[in-house]
Amino acid sequence: MRTRVTNTIRALRFARGEMTQAELGDRIGVTRQTIIAIEQGRYSPSLEMAFQIARVFGVPLDEVFQYADGDAK
Amino acid sequence: MTVEEKRAWIMAAVSPGAFAVYAAIILVRAGGAPLRDVPYVSTMLWTIGISIVVSIVLHIVAAITSGADAHKKDVRDREIYRFGDTVGQVFIFLGAVAAMGLAMAEVSHFWITHVIYLGFAVGTCLGSLAKIAAYRDGIPDC
Repeated sequence: MRTRVTNTIRALRFARGEMTQAELGDRIGVTRQTIIAIEQGRYSPSLEMAFQIARVFGVPLDEVFQYADGDAK
Repeated sequence: MTVEEKRAWIMAAVSPGAFAVYAAIILVRAGGAPLRDVPYVSTMLWTIGISIVVSIVLHIVAAITSGADAHKKDVRDREIYRFGDTVGQVFIFLGAVAAMGLAMAEVSHFWITHVIYLGFAVGTCLGSLAKIAAYRDGIPDC
Protein backbone atom coordinates (compact mmCIF):
# COMPACT_ATOMS: atom_id res chain seq x y z
CA MET A 1 0.00 0.00 0.00
CA ARG A 2 1.59 3.23 -1.17
CA THR A 3 1.66 6.13 1.22
CA ARG A 4 0.66 9.60 0.02
CA VAL A 5 3.79 10.95 1.64
CA THR A 6 6.39 11.44 -1.07
CA ASN A 7 10.03 12.24 -0.45
CA THR A 8 13.24 13.42 -2.03
CA ILE A 9 15.57 11.24 0.01
CA ARG A 10 17.13 9.62 -3.03
CA ALA A 11 17.97 12.97 -4.60
CA LEU A 12 19.26 14.33 -1.28
CA ARG A 13 21.48 11.27 -0.80
CA PHE A 14 23.07 11.78 -4.18
CA ALA A 15 23.46 15.50 -3.54
CA ARG A 16 25.35 14.61 -0.34
CA GLY A 17 28.18 12.72 -2.00
CA GLU A 18 26.15 9.65 -2.95
CA MET A 19 25.39 8.69 0.63
CA THR A 20 24.34 5.05 0.67
CA GLN A 21 21.02 3.81 2.04
CA ALA A 22 22.92 1.78 4.64
CA GLU A 23 24.85 4.87 5.73
CA LEU A 24 21.66 6.92 6.11
CA GLY A 25 20.06 4.02 7.98
CA ASP A 26 23.02 3.84 10.37
CA ARG A 27 22.84 7.59 11.01
CA ILE A 28 19.20 7.41 12.16
CA GLY A 29 19.24 3.90 13.63
CA VAL A 30 17.16 1.96 11.10
CA THR A 31 17.92 -0.76 8.58
CA ARG A 32 18.77 -0.28 4.91
CA GLN A 33 15.50 -2.06 4.08
CA THR A 34 13.54 0.60 5.95
CA ILE A 35 15.28 3.38 4.01
CA ILE A 36 14.45 1.54 0.78
CA ALA A 37 10.80 1.19 1.87
CA ILE A 38 10.61 4.91 2.74
CA GLU A 39 12.18 5.95 -0.56
CA GLN A 40 9.75 3.77 -2.50
CA GLY A 41 6.75 5.08 -0.55
CA ARG A 42 6.00 1.72 1.05
CA TYR A 43 6.53 2.96 4.59
CA SER A 44 5.65 6.23 6.29
CA PRO A 45 8.28 7.09 8.88
CA SER A 46 7.25 8.43 12.26
CA LEU A 47 7.44 12.20 12.73
CA GLU A 48 10.56 11.73 14.86
CA MET A 49 12.26 9.62 12.18
CA ALA A 50 11.28 12.17 9.53
CA PHE A 51 12.94 14.93 11.55
CA GLN A 52 16.04 12.78 12.03
CA ILE A 53 16.29 12.23 8.26
CA ALA A 54 15.88 15.97 7.60
CA ARG A 55 18.57 16.71 10.20
CA VAL A 56 21.02 14.31 8.52
CA PHE A 57 20.62 16.27 5.29
CA GLY A 58 20.55 19.62 7.07
CA VAL A 59 17.34 20.75 5.40
CA PRO A 60 13.81 21.60 6.64
CA LEU A 61 11.36 18.73 6.95
CA ASP A 62 9.22 19.84 4.01
CA GLU A 63 12.22 19.72 1.73
CA VAL A 64 12.47 15.98 2.41
CA PHE A 65 8.81 15.00 2.71
CA GLN A 66 5.77 16.22 0.81
CA TYR A 67 2.13 15.27 1.14
CA ALA A 68 0.33 14.67 -2.14
CA ASP A 69 -2.66 16.89 -2.90
CA GLY A 70 -6.14 15.37 -2.74
CA ASP A 71 -8.88 14.60 -0.27
CA ALA A 72 -7.54 13.71 3.15
CA LYS A 73 -9.01 10.55 4.68
CA MET B 1 15.55 -10.00 2.41
CA THR B 2 15.83 -9.59 6.17
CA VAL B 3 15.93 -12.53 8.58
CA GLU B 4 12.53 -11.41 9.89
CA GLU B 5 10.96 -11.70 6.43
CA LYS B 6 12.57 -15.10 5.95
CA ARG B 7 11.11 -16.18 9.30
CA ALA B 8 7.67 -15.11 8.10
CA TRP B 9 8.11 -17.21 4.93
CA ILE B 10 9.18 -20.20 7.03
CA MET B 11 6.15 -19.96 9.33
CA ALA B 12 3.81 -19.39 6.36
CA ALA B 13 5.04 -22.67 4.87
CA VAL B 14 5.70 -24.91 7.88
CA SER B 15 2.46 -24.37 9.78
CA PRO B 16 -0.03 -25.23 6.99
CA GLY B 17 2.38 -27.85 5.65
CA ALA B 18 2.38 -29.67 8.98
CA PHE B 19 -1.40 -29.46 9.18
CA ALA B 20 -1.76 -30.81 5.63
CA VAL B 21 0.56 -33.76 6.38
CA TYR B 22 -1.33 -34.47 9.59
CA ALA B 23 -4.72 -34.28 7.84
CA ALA B 24 -3.51 -36.63 5.09
CA ILE B 25 -2.31 -39.18 7.67
CA ILE B 26 -5.63 -39.06 9.54
CA LEU B 27 -7.73 -39.31 6.36
CA VAL B 28 -5.71 -42.30 5.11
CA ARG B 29 -5.95 -43.95 8.52
CA ALA B 30 -9.73 -43.43 8.60
CA GLY B 31 -10.16 -45.13 5.24
CA GLY B 32 -13.81 -44.10 4.98
CA ALA B 33 -14.68 -44.79 8.63
CA PRO B 34 -16.04 -41.93 10.79
CA LEU B 35 -13.17 -39.52 11.53
CA ARG B 36 -14.05 -39.13 15.19
CA ASP B 37 -13.19 -42.82 15.78
CA VAL B 38 -9.65 -42.44 14.35
CA PRO B 39 -6.83 -42.41 16.97
CA TYR B 40 -5.17 -39.05 16.48
CA VAL B 41 -3.57 -37.79 19.68
CA SER B 42 -0.04 -39.17 19.26
CA THR B 43 -0.01 -38.28 15.52
CA MET B 44 -1.06 -34.72 16.29
CA LEU B 45 1.54 -34.34 19.04
CA TRP B 46 4.28 -35.75 16.82
CA THR B 47 3.26 -33.50 13.91
CA ILE B 48 3.28 -30.40 16.10
CA GLY B 49 6.59 -31.43 17.68
CA ILE B 50 8.25 -32.11 14.33
CA SER B 51 6.93 -28.85 12.84
CA ILE B 52 8.42 -26.93 15.78
CA VAL B 53 11.80 -28.64 15.30
CA VAL B 54 11.69 -28.05 11.52
CA SER B 55 10.87 -24.37 11.96
CA ILE B 56 13.69 -23.96 14.51
CA VAL B 57 16.16 -25.62 12.13
CA LEU B 58 14.98 -23.45 9.22
CA HIS B 59 15.23 -20.32 11.38
CA ILE B 60 18.83 -21.26 12.23
CA VAL B 61 19.62 -21.90 8.55
CA ALA B 62 18.03 -18.55 7.60
CA ALA B 63 20.08 -16.77 10.28
CA ILE B 64 23.35 -18.43 9.19
CA THR B 65 22.83 -17.83 5.47
CA SER B 66 21.85 -14.16 5.84
CA GLY B 67 24.34 -11.34 5.74
CA ALA B 68 25.15 -9.30 8.85
CA ASP B 69 22.96 -6.45 7.58
CA ALA B 70 19.92 -8.75 7.43
CA HIS B 71 20.05 -9.39 11.19
CA LYS B 72 19.31 -5.79 12.14
CA LYS B 73 15.82 -5.04 13.38
CA ASP B 74 14.15 -1.66 13.69
CA VAL B 75 10.84 0.06 14.34
CA ARG B 76 9.41 -1.01 10.96
CA ASP B 77 10.15 -4.67 11.70
CA ARG B 78 8.42 -4.32 15.06
CA GLU B 79 5.37 -2.65 13.46
CA ILE B 80 5.14 -5.40 10.84
CA TYR B 81 5.53 -8.06 13.53
CA ARG B 82 2.67 -6.52 15.54
CA PHE B 83 0.48 -6.21 12.43
CA GLY B 84 1.05 -9.86 11.46
CA ASP B 85 0.41 -11.05 15.00
CA THR B 86 -2.85 -9.10 15.12
CA VAL B 87 -4.03 -10.73 11.88
CA GLY B 88 -3.02 -14.18 13.13
CA GLN B 89 -4.68 -13.72 16.50
CA VAL B 90 -8.04 -13.05 14.82
CA PHE B 91 -8.07 -16.59 13.43
CA ILE B 92 -6.77 -18.14 16.65
CA PHE B 93 -9.60 -16.31 18.44
CA LEU B 94 -12.16 -17.57 15.90
CA GLY B 95 -10.84 -21.12 16.39
CA ALA B 96 -11.19 -20.78 20.16
CA VAL B 97 -14.74 -19.42 19.87
CA ALA B 98 -15.69 -22.23 17.49
CA ALA B 99 -14.19 -24.78 19.90
CA MET B 100 -16.15 -23.26 22.77
CA GLY B 101 -19.35 -23.56 20.74
CA LEU B 102 -18.60 -27.19 19.92
CA ALA B 103 -17.85 -27.95 23.59
CA MET B 104 -21.15 -26.36 24.63
CA ALA B 105 -22.92 -28.49 22.04
CA GLU B 106 -21.10 -31.52 23.54
CA VAL B 107 -19.59 -32.45 20.21
CA SER B 108 -16.86 -35.13 20.12
CA HIS B 109 -13.45 -34.13 21.54
CA PHE B 110 -12.01 -35.01 18.12
CA TRP B 111 -13.70 -32.03 16.45
CA ILE B 112 -12.98 -29.62 19.31
CA THR B 113 -9.27 -30.50 19.21
CA HIS B 114 -9.13 -30.15 15.45
CA VAL B 115 -10.93 -26.82 15.33
CA ILE B 116 -8.36 -25.46 17.79
CA TYR B 117 -5.46 -26.93 15.79
CA LEU B 118 -6.91 -25.56 12.55
CA GLY B 119 -7.28 -22.13 14.17
CA PHE B 120 -3.61 -22.16 15.19
CA ALA B 121 -2.47 -23.36 11.74
CA VAL B 122 -4.59 -20.83 9.82
CA GLY B 123 -3.71 -18.03 12.26
CA THR B 124 0.02 -18.70 12.01
CA CYS B 125 -0.10 -19.00 8.22
CA LEU B 126 -2.22 -15.90 7.57
CA GLY B 127 -0.36 -13.88 10.18
CA SER B 128 2.89 -14.75 8.43
CA LEU B 129 1.43 -13.96 5.00
CA ALA B 130 0.28 -10.60 6.37
CA LYS B 131 3.85 -9.91 7.51
CA ILE B 132 5.22 -10.84 4.08
CA ALA B 133 2.65 -8.58 2.38
CA ALA B 134 3.57 -5.75 4.77
CA TYR B 135 7.28 -6.20 3.97
CA ARG B 136 6.54 -6.12 0.23
CA ASP B 137 3.78 -3.51 -0.06
CA GLY B 138 3.71 -1.70 3.26
CA ILE B 139 1.47 -1.88 6.31
CA PRO B 140 -2.14 -1.14 5.35
CA ASP B 141 -3.96 1.70 7.10
CA CYS B 142 -6.35 0.19 9.62
